[in-house]
Amino acid sequence: MMGALFDFLIGPFVQFEFMQRALLGSFMLSVGACPVGVFLMLRRMSLTGDAMAHAILPGAAVGFLLFGLDIVPMTIGGLIAGVIVALGAGLVSRLTVQKEDASMAAFYLISLALGVMLVSLRGSSVDLMHVLFGTVLALNDAALVLIGGIMFLTLGLLAIFWRALVAECLDPLFLRSVSRLGPPVHFIFLALVVLNLVGGFQALGTLLCVGLMMLPAAAARFWTTRVGPMCLLAIAIGIFSCVSGLLLSYHASLPSGPAIILSAGTVYLLSIFLGTRGAFAARVRRVSHRTA
Amino acid sequence: MAEAVVTFNDLTLGYDSHPAVHHLSGAVRRGSLTAIVGANGSGKSTLMKGIVGILKPISGSCAVVPGAKLAYLPQQSEIDQSFPARVVDLVSLGLWPRRGLLGRHRPEDRQAVAAALDSVGLSGFESRPIDTLSGGQMQRALFARVLVQNADLILLDEPFNAVDTRTVNDLVALIGRWQLEGRTVLVVAHDLDLVRRSFPETLLVARQPVAWGATDSVLSEENLLKARRFHEAWDENAPWCAPSDHGHEGHVHQDHGHDDHGHSHAHDHHGNHSHSHRQVKPAGRQRDVA
Repeated sequence: MMGALFDFLIGPFVQFEFMQRALLGSFMLSVGACPVGVFLMLRRMSLTGDAMAHAILPGAAVGFLLFGLDIVPMTIGGLIAGVIVALGAGLVSRLTVQKEDASMAAFYLISLALGVMLVSLRGSSVDLMHVLFGTVLALNDAALVLIGGIMFLTLGLLAIFWRALVAECLDPLFLRSVSRLGPPVHFIFLALVVLNLVGGFQALGTLLCVGLMMLPAAAARFWTTRVGPMCLLAIAIGIFSCVSGLLLSYHASLPSGPAIILSAGTVYLLSIFLGTRGAFAARVRRVSHRTA
Repeated sequence: MAEAVVTFNDLTLGYDSHPAVHHLSGAVRRGSLTAIVGANGSGKSTLMKGIVGILKPISGSCAVVPGAKLAYLPQQSEIDQSFPARVVDLVSLGLWPRRGLLGRHRPEDRQAVAAALDSVGLSGFESRPIDTLSGGQMQRALFARVLVQNADLILLDEPFNAVDTRTVNDLVALIGRWQLEGRTVLVVAHDLDLVRRSFPETLLVARQPVAWGATDSVLSEENLLKARRFHEAWDENAPWCAPSDHGHEGHVHQDHGHDDHGHSHAHDHHGNHSHSHRQVKPAGRQRDVA
């Protein structure tokens, strides 16, 4: 019995190097991207993550056009595209009457169309599928080093700017009254979003990498009332989703990226009902109440 | 004669070149307790943001004495109460001026937070999530944060909105204590009875400053009527206020028009100029259109 369980849960990771790489890569992605997702959610910018994920496509495509399916140029390209879209949308909203959600939508749609156009210029639809959906089972050394670097940078910046990030979400006017950090922190945070999406798209593709960022964060929201524990819980949910997604993909021969995101989606759906601050708990609390 | 903590010099603040605070001059004395009164949209919050430095002046200047520690309490609606934080986290934000971005919160800091919560009547609420607080409790918590900031200049934007009478009385008592401690306090308020009762000085605004000085004389029928009239004259497509209109000597001091104001300030001797200037200006603006 124990042997069968070991073969099912641990075996694939011991036996195959590509599974170990996939596990390491997705583990590091979870540690970096999930806390970023928590702050995206708390700033009511959940869909901004989605938009940014689309926005990095043309940059990755240019890297792909010039250097083929190589992680480093595609990452740098994606980073540049992401920053251009974030800054462009920010500038339009600051200089005109248009709000940031509309300008962000406009910029990312232009960016996405440009990206699809560029990819099809050179490659087959197989290449397009690679960029759109990623290949977590084919992470090479360069990709792992890149994802690891992004993880450490993310953790470092989050630790340094933690207090400012919390204040900026909770009471931005207060932060502006005691410090000039507000606007720079906003841009550092956007840069972290782009970085983690770029790190994720080699593994999960531009369409799904935002899933590992947002779904664990959204699920963790139903369990705790403090930001710190929420981030840790999101990371734990992210790692759990990666492991179960990889196992699912291995045993049932399913595509790995969607399997990971669907695992996270399952945790989210369960959390809605079972979470201590979820729908079910709210019902129970309404029936029985304290005296004061 | 007390020193000025905030000095306005022909200050105009606004959005998209529409002024929300128009040609305000004068000074806030150290240790004074002033209510800022006016209708919605008359520029009270804008003036607060101008003093804090969040909003840059369109023209003129607003100078806070160097070294003065400032605490600003925005309107409650600006705070995200659904954010996952405990009362103690919210109040601890007030430690920022002392500890900044990276400084560790020390035992004496935690004591200061606990003492502040105690003096607003919220001890025992430390680990309550802020989304479970009522409007009055939230406002008490925010006052505790101001206490923790230990500031010389305290700006409160509509702190009594959606707060019950008992809480208002407690908060007003706190404000009174701050004044006794020598702090300078500016409060945006709507309740004129409360202002008459608890605030020695008042600044009445209607985009233009209408009157500023001892509360009793500022809140006269005549001034309140004037404030209402100014407000109704507001116009989306108002003509440009030309520099020649207000740039010359004397116009700067228009807001201290009444002769019997209770406190002395730098511009006393210009008081008599002001009425004529205020009446001249609308004509001047019409001239610009033609």
